[in-house]
Amino acid sequence: MTDTPENIPASAYDMSHADEADERRTLAVIVDNEPGVLGRVVGLFSARGYNIESLTVAEIDRRKHRSRITIVTKGTPHMLEQIEAQLLRLVPVASVTDMTKSKRGVERELALIKVAGTGEKRVEALRICEIFRASVIDTTSESFIFELTGMSDKIDQFCALMKPLGLVEVSRTGVLSIKRGAQAG
Amino acid sequence: MDTQTQPEAEIETRQMTGAQIVITALKEQGVDVMFGYPGGAVLPIYDALYSAPEIEHILVRHEQGAGHAAEGYARSTGKAGVALVTSGPGATNMVTPITDAMMDSIPLVVITGQVPSHLIGTDAFQECDTVGITRCCAKHNYLVTDVDDLAHTIHEAFLIATTGRPGPVVIDIPKDVQFATGTYVGKQGIHKPTYVPQTEPAPARIEAAIAMMKQARRPVFYIGGGVINSGPGASKALRALQAATGFPVTSTLMGLGAFPASHKDWLGMLGMHGSYEANNAMHDCDLMICVGARFDDRVTGRIDAFSPGSKKIHIDIDPSSINKVIRVDLPIIADCGKALEALLAAWTSNKTKALNLKDWQAQIAVWRAVNSFAYAASETEIKPQYAIERLYELTKHRETYISTEVGQHQMWAAQHYHFEEPNHWMTSGGLGTMGYGLPAAVGIQAAHREALVIDIAGEASVQMVMQEMSTAVQHELPIKVFILNNLWMGMVRQWQELLHGERYSHTYSESLPDFVKLAEAYGGKGIYCDDPTQLDAKIEEMIAYDGPVIFDCRVTKAENCLPMIPSGAAHNEMILSEITGDEIDDAGRKLV
Repeated sequence: MTDTPENIPASAYDMSHADEADERRTLAVIVDNEPGVLGRVVGLFSARGYNIESLTVAEIDRRKHRSRITIVTKGTPHMLEQIEAQLLRLVPVASVTDMTKSKRGVERELALIKVAGTGEKRVEALRICEIFRASVIDTTSESFIFELTGMSDKIDQFCALMKPLGLVEVSRTGVLSIKRGAQAG
Repeated sequence: MDTQTQPEAEIETRQMTGAQIVITALKEQGVDVMFGYPGGAVLPIYDALYSAPEIEHILVRHEQGAGHAAEGYARSTGKAGVALVTSGPGATNMVTPITDAMMDSIPLVVITGQVPSHLIGTDAFQECDTVGITRCCAKHNYLVTDVDDLAHTIHEAFLIATTGRPGPVVIDIPKDVQFATGTYVGKQGIHKPTYVPQTEPAPARIEAAIAMMKQARRPVFYIGGGVINSGPGASKALRALQAATGFPVTSTLMGLGAFPASHKDWLGMLGMHGSYEANNAMHDCDLMICVGARFDDRVTGRIDAFSPGSKKIHIDIDPSSINKVIRVDLPIIADCGKALEALLAAWTSNKTKALNLKDWQAQIAVWRAVNSFAYAASETEIKPQYAIERLYELTKHRETYISTEVGQHQMWAAQHYHFEEPNHWMTSGGLGTMGYGLPAAVGIQAAHREALVIDIAGEASVQMVMQEMSTAVQHELPIKVFILNNLWMGMVRQWQELLHGERYSHTYSESLPDFVKLAEAYGGKGIYCDDPTQLDAKIEEMIAYDGPVIFDCRVTKAENCLPMIPSGAAHNEMILSEITGDEIDDAGRKLV
């Protein structure tokens, strides 16, 4: 709870949230890396009807058995407040940080994109690759695999451009995030 | 409630088998009674239990009974209830009590056997994914794969079950881990770094609350089960704070007993079947102080018409309860007892004079005069409300614990049986589990051998768990099962009358057992009564009998449980005396 007694509205009913619009948020959830922890987090979202747009997870501190789960979710401010509180209720969850709300979060996603084609289309694909600063990590006479890192919408845009040029398959990591500045979390 | 890291004490280490570790850890945790049912995957633990006379094991007849008995034990003692069951069906039969304990915040430690580690995932005999199944209905759960983690896990489970917002914790132990030899560690120094419940209230919030309380003209305390879970100190603090402020008090179903029902400022229970004065006070108040309750839909009625003119203070240990259903003006995240003590200290040190609440008290007196729990008396039939009234009058001078099943009888018990002290009322509130009361009574009686323990039951609910009479007889637990028998699934029938044009689809029991003969068949005593003039004498006979009793109390068949806030209605739109069938609009009809 971040509100202080000074900024509490006059009545609870001034805080209506019925017409609140959905917002997109990126949450960084630090958890004890114990068996089933991802199941707890995912189960919570499905049990309470919350959305998951993307999810990534990996161990980040082997000695302390800590993992970082990055979840992109969507909901009304009221629902987002509940999501944070419900996540913190899970015993192995150490902290939840709203990277979007903090305004200091940077986000990146990595994608592997396979494009097949010959002739002019192949040349055009390679040119777009250069513009986006993607790299080619595999090539055959009629296909490329591009590796591209960036904001999610940049990857969306790249895929859209590749579609008429022979887009075959896309594999994406989902969003990762971290805060700017010298401090952690 | 201390979850702080304790200094590394001299750690006791001993080598023993996993099964012995379980028993040693339970003893160290002070477990004197546990409830269970043996089976293949827990045989080693049962073998260790064979030579542990310090722990009394109550052998139930169905695992669900073990779970509810552990709940009854926990709620009547304030300690964690412990259940021990086998893998597969043993574990799945525990799912209902685990969910029940989760919804009502009851501390349980449930130990389940599991097939040997190397068979996990092979669809072995009596294998199920216990941690998967219980993940969403327990506060926490564990699958212990290394015997050296076992003692630590059990101690951590007790810590998590009993601190913060209490709840059920499941420990799944494969059979090979029970046989393996490992190191025992004591409970000293056990903590979980990611688990740090906030128990101390923020001083600024307490100050803000006091400021709001001083301004109030129509205040009300709305208390819940959290006050009872917080321990006897919280009820004491509540009573002292109420005495200092003079604010009237209402309570949820779960909070009954935290405040004495004989007090002049007691409004009775609130909510769907609560009193007229309690619900109107909630609707018209200008300051609501919610302590350890969670604005359940059975309490709020229509959300957008819920107490429209009030400021709301919400004291809860669980941050996710804040603003979940109802937006509040001032949240105080803390243990109820500590918050109430802080409020009391601040109120007293401010030398705040008691507020002038005369107008508010006069208004409440007008509502109280409606006498909303009144019913039409009968000289020929036993009215269910009358039966509870007589039961109360004839047992109130004793140390009496009441459990209930779920339905009309439960609401009548809440309305007409009155509680002075916490931990004497055990009922399934959140999950609404028919079949809770009889095994809960078994658990309560196991904890309080000398007390009078009564399960106020309905004839439908009680048949879901009737087999536990056998447990009561075997373990000489003289529970009294007081059945308000109206031949109907009364609450469902009432809803069919209200919502479905009296089309009573499958709510009448065409055949019922002869409960007197059934009691005798189990080795208990059966009593039958359908005559109001004989009711007192029969109740006395029940109390006097030193053993389990089933009392078949035949009551008015089609009595409705009133007053009632119909689904989709507001607190000030109660049905008081008669159901006409047009109370609920189309929107309300779709609610439950």
